[in-house]
Amino acid sequence: MAVSSLKDAGPARAGLRVASVLACLALWQAASSAHLNLGVVTFANTPGPVEVGGAAVELVRSSQLVPHLTASLARVFAGYAAAAVLGVAIGVAIGRSRFANDVLLPPLEVLRPIPAVAWIPLAVLMFPSSEGSMIYITFIGALFPIVLNTIHGVETVDQRLIASARSLGAGRAAMLREVILPGAAPSIVTGLAIGMGTSWFCLITAEMISGQFGIGYYTWESYTLQNYPDIVVGMLLIGLLGMGSSALLRRAGEFATPWRRVGRAR
Amino acid sequence: MSVVEAMPQGRVEIDEVSIMLGRGAQSFEAVRKLSLSIAPGEFVAILGPSGCGKSTLLGALAGHIPVGGGRLLVDQAPVRGPDPSRGIVFQHHTLLPWRTALENVAFGPKMRGEPRAQRLASAAEMLATVGLSGFENRYPAELSGGMQQRVEIARVLINRPRLLLMDEPFGALDAQTRLMMQSLLLDIWSRVRTTVVFVTHDIDEALFLADRVLIMTPRPGRTRRLTEASFPRPRDVQLTTEPEFARLKRQCLDLLRPDADDQPLPRLTPLGLAAAGEPERRRSY
Repeated sequence: MAVSSLKDAGPARAGLRVASVLACLALWQAASSAHLNLGVVTFANTPGPVEVGGAAVELVRSSQLVPHLTASLARVFAGYAAAAVLGVAIGVAIGRSRFANDVLLPPLEVLRPIPAVAWIPLAVLMFPSSEGSMIYITFIGALFPIVLNTIHGVETVDQRLIASARSLGAGRAAMLREVILPGAAPSIVTGLAIGMGTSWFCLITAEMISGQFGIGYYTWESYTLQNYPDIVVGMLLIGLLGMGSSALLRRAGEFATPWRRVGRAR
Repeated sequence: MSVVEAMPQGRVEIDEVSIMLGRGAQSFEAVRKLSLSIAPGEFVAILGPSGCGKSTLLGALAGHIPVGGGRLLVDQAPVRGPDPSRGIVFQHHTLLPWRTALENVAFGPKMRGEPRAQRLASAAEMLATVGLSGFENRYPAELSGGMQQRVEIARVLINRPRLLLMDEPFGALDAQTRLMMQSLLLDIWSRVRTTVVFVTHDIDEALFLADRVLIMTPRPGRTRRLTEASFPRPRDVQLTTEPEFARLKRQCLDLLRPDADDQPLPRLTPLGLAAAGEPERRRSY
C-alpha cells in the first residue's frame, strides 16, 4: 500500500504525523496573532486556531450543531444513496451491453463536465422544494464517478473468467451475480468513495445558496454575519465529515471484498 | 452416487473443420480441413508449433470459437456454444478469486440449482479426488500454481463432462510440479473416465499422457501425423526413459522441426486471437 494508515505505522512515524499537524496549527496561530502580511496573502484578518477552537466549543454547547449536522447528513445520504444505486446500475448496463453503451453514454458524457454549481439555478427551477434541489445537487455530484468507475470495473473483468463461467453453465443473471459484480467490486468501491467526497462538496455549494440548516449554510451565514472563526469551524466540519464518510466507505468496501485482503497479505 | 464412475459417452467427430480468426483484412485461416475421430474415453494429445491453431481447435470444441467450415460433433450433436458437458482447463487458472476452493468446485452444481449442502458435499469429495482435502476454505490466491490447476480440474470434473479439454494446463508450472500433475491427471482419469483432448507443446508430456498424439502443421493448422502412443497403463515416469519412448519422441521431433523459412507465430488462445483479458469482440451474455 502506498499510504499506510496511522495504525500500521510505527510509533515513531505516528508521532511524526501528529507533530506535523501540531506544527501546522502553531504556524497558523503565529501567523494570525502576528497579523502576518506577505503582500500576496495576508493573515491580518484571519482567525487563529485559539479563536476557532473557542467558536467550535460554543457551537457544540449551543443547540445549533445537531440540526446543522442532521440536515447536511440527511441530504448527503439521500442524494448519495440514489446516485449509488442508479450509478452502479447504469455503469453495469453500459459495461455489459453495446446498446446501453450507445444510448446512455453520449448524454452522460455531455452532462459530466458540468460542475455542480452550474446546476444550481436549474435545480431550483426543476424541484419545487429547495430540499429536493439540494439533494439533486449531491446526487449529480456523486453520480459520475460512480458510473465511470463501475463501467471501468465491468469492462476489465477477465474475459477468461467469463468464458470459464459460461463453460460451467452460468446464464446471464448468474454471470452478473457471480462474476461481473464481484469482479468489478474493487473499482465500484473506488467510485463510491470518490463519489462520497464529491457529494459532500456539492452539498456545501448547494447549501450556500438556499437552506435554513446545514453545515454549508452555517459557513455561508457566518461569512455574511462576519463571524470569521465560525467560517473556519464550518470548513473543518465539512472536511471531517467528508473524510469520515469516505473512510467508513473504504472500510465497508474492504469488508465486502475479503478475498482481496488475502491477496494483499501474501 | 459416487463422483468416481465410468463415463460411457464422449465420442468426438472432427470432420474437415476449418476455423477463421480475426476480422476484415486481418482475418486468416487458423485451422484448415482438419479431421479426427476420438473414441469415448480416449486420451488424445495435440502437438504443434506455437500459433498453429491447436488451442483454436480446442476453443472450438469448447464452443467459444465458431467453426467456419466442416462439422464438429460430440456424441452426434453439433457443438453450439459452451456447455458444462465440455469442460475446459486453461493454461492459467480461471478460478473465481472471490470464492474459496470448495465454492469454486461447487460452481457447476450451483448453476444447475443443486441445494447448497449437497453441492458442497460433492465438491468436497471432488477436491479429495484431486488430493486437496484440507484446502476447502482457501481462496485461490492462497494456493500454489499446481493446487490452483487441481481445483480447476475438480471444478470441471464435478460436472461429469463427456469431454475434458485442456490447453497446456501444466505449461506454467515448474518441471517438478508438472511431472507430479501429469501422474495425478492419469490417476484421476483412470477413476473419472472421460474423453480428454490435451493441447501441449511438450513432446514428453504428450507421449506420456495420451493414447494418440495429433501433430499439427504450422498455420493454417492441418494434420501432419497421427501417432499411436500405445504404452501400457498405468504408466509411470520411468516410461519416459525407455527406448521405444525415445524412438517415438525422435519421430515427433523430426515432424515438429521448423523449416528454415518458418516465421514464429504469436500464441493463439481457446478464446481466439485476443491477448488475455482483451475480448476479440464485445459479447453480451
